Amino acid sequence: MFDKPLAFWLIQSLNSFSLGGLLFLLSAGFSLIFGLMRIANLSHGAYFMLGAYIGLSALRAGFGFVMAMLLAGLAVAILGGLIERFVIRRLSSNPLGQVLATLGISFIIADGCLLYWTGDPQQLATPELLRGVFRVGEAVFPKYRVAVIGIACLFAIGLWLLLEKTRIGAMIRAGVDDMEMARGVGIPVSMLFTAVFCLGSFLAGVGGVLGGPILSVYPGLDTDMLPLALVVVILGGVGSLVGAFVGSFIIGFVYTFGQTLIPDLAYMILFLPMILVLALRPRGLFGRISA
Amino acid sequence: MNRRALAVCAGLLVAMPFVAGEYYINLASQILIAALFALSLNLLVGYGGLTSLGHAAYMGVAAYVSGWLFLKFGFGHLASAPLALLVTTLMAAVFGLIALRASGIGFLMITLALGQVLWGLAFRWVTVTNGDNGLSGLTRPMPFGIDLNGANAFYFFTLIIFAASMVCIVAFANSAFGSVLRGTRDQPRRMLALGHNVWLVRYLTFISAGFWAAVSGLLFVYYHKFIHPQALGLTNSAETLLMVIAGGSGTLIGPIVGAAIVVLLKNYVSAFVERWTMLLGFVFLFIVLFMPDGVVPGVQRLWARLTGKGRAPQRGQP
Repeated sequence: MFDKPLAFWLIQSLNSFSLGGLLFLLSAGFSLIFGLMRIANLSHGAYFMLGAYIGLSALRAGFGFVMAMLLAGLAVAILGGLIERFVIRRLSSNPLGQVLATLGISFIIADGCLLYWTGDPQQLATPELLRGVFRVGEAVFPKYRVAVIGIACLFAIGLWLLLEKTRIGAMIRAGVDDMEMARGVGIPVSMLFTAVFCLGSFLAGVGGVLGGPILSVYPGLDTDMLPLALVVVILGGVGSLVGAFVGSFIIGFVYTFGQTLIPDLAYMILFLPMILVLALRPRGLFGRISA
Repeated sequence: MNRRALAVCAGLLVAMPFVAGEYYINLASQILIAALFALSLNLLVGYGGLTSLGHAAYMGVAAYVSGWLFLKFGFGHLASAPLALLVTTLMAAVFGLIALRASGIGFLMITLALGQVLWGLAFRWVTVTNGDNGLSGLTRPMPFGIDLNGANAFYFFTLIIFAASMVCIVAFANSAFGSVLRGTRDQPRRMLALGHNVWLVRYLTFISAGFWAAVSGLLFVYYHKFIHPQALGLTNSAETLLMVIAGGSGTLIGPIVGAAIVVLLKNYVSAFVERWTMLLGFVFLFIVLFMPDGVVPGVQRLWARLTGKGRAPQRGQP
């Protein structure tokens, strides 16, 4: 199993990083929503898939890749905001009901996508600029995957600045740490909920488009991605951006190498980091609150 | 439920095959299997306050183990059934250790992740599970030499297993342990202060829920003579959770009524359109938004108010 050439390890590492980047976009929003609102948003995988499909249609309609990403992100963000206002808010005294409502919504979105975009797997076109590969010795790196890592890191830095350096970020952190106190000192928590839900949905939608050329988009993408996001968040700790970041790359590596070295059992391997963390530190590596 | 109503129900269930056609008898078998599965989940959701979204894993694994033992080693049902139950129960014992590191929504997330891991395994581990093709060519058991391939015979077989399981589950729920379990659901800290080992109570419940799910999984695979990774999927877990919640979690009749509603709806709708998943989503939203208690407690409350006697039954899960 370990007698592979160096190039193999390099390429698979790159693949792991790019999957990790996609997972970060998916799970950062999930983690923030959970941290602030104490909701496990089970429709997050469906947002990712919906984003990818909208991106697909936007690309086919002749928009550029960046534009497709933004359009998909915005569309999913608006949908997320509406769902937060009109469904989740109505159930504010019933956390379990909220989770089940998001599950119901994920089924509706998934089946709606199947209805509109049919059941065939479809690949999003890689942007012109990022086709081709970099060569380093024996190893061949697709440019697009390198770009995905870069874009994910940019988003990570942007989110970090937003959370740590701005006023609204301070409000969100206050809400995560102590909702009652945050309300007490006059932070508009209700508005924050909607804002964070939109932000999280936006990230998932963008992630879907960004992942499209690598993962392609197909019915079931949502249920493939959701558990990965759950594992990342369990691993990193809910409500923690750093946790989502580190957790994403750990899972990116575990999953990618698992799939190439022992394809039959790749899904089982996902267990291991999760079990270790739950056994040793149930609130996750960087979690401040327990789930 | 009082004895007279129970006797009427039992009479109807036994008389069913003598009046209904084969299609309806098979439908009734499916409802009984789903109801047993929902009852097993209800132990966790309704009595333990632990909402699991990975329960299909136990049903599916029991079915796969039974099918695999038959296809690979030619095991008879007398040997494969206890082995399947044992393996699944052991798996529940391991998963319980992991999932019960959390409660509430953390528990839900972990069970969902574990369930999806097994679903992925069923899809990918082709050498054992035959991947997307599933395991086919399975058989039904022949207890005491009785052929169960007919709709009637299988229905009675299912009914007997269901009734026996139901008796055990009722005894479990009404036992002292059941009361302690409800205590840990409503007031875990108080129960801890009273000296109960809350974790152990939940753990044992988790294992028994896994065991009864495995029993229903065996019935499931006997009925279909086929098992596909879909049986372990999130949709199956969610459907079953919907049965429990729609019927009324924390009641004994609720999950059975819920199972009947969901199975009938699914069969009826699937006959016309292929949009079952979407409808399932809408039913979920409807139940959660407008009927969070479920049908059975709602009707019971209404009945109590109409007759103006008896205290209103306790709400199950908040």
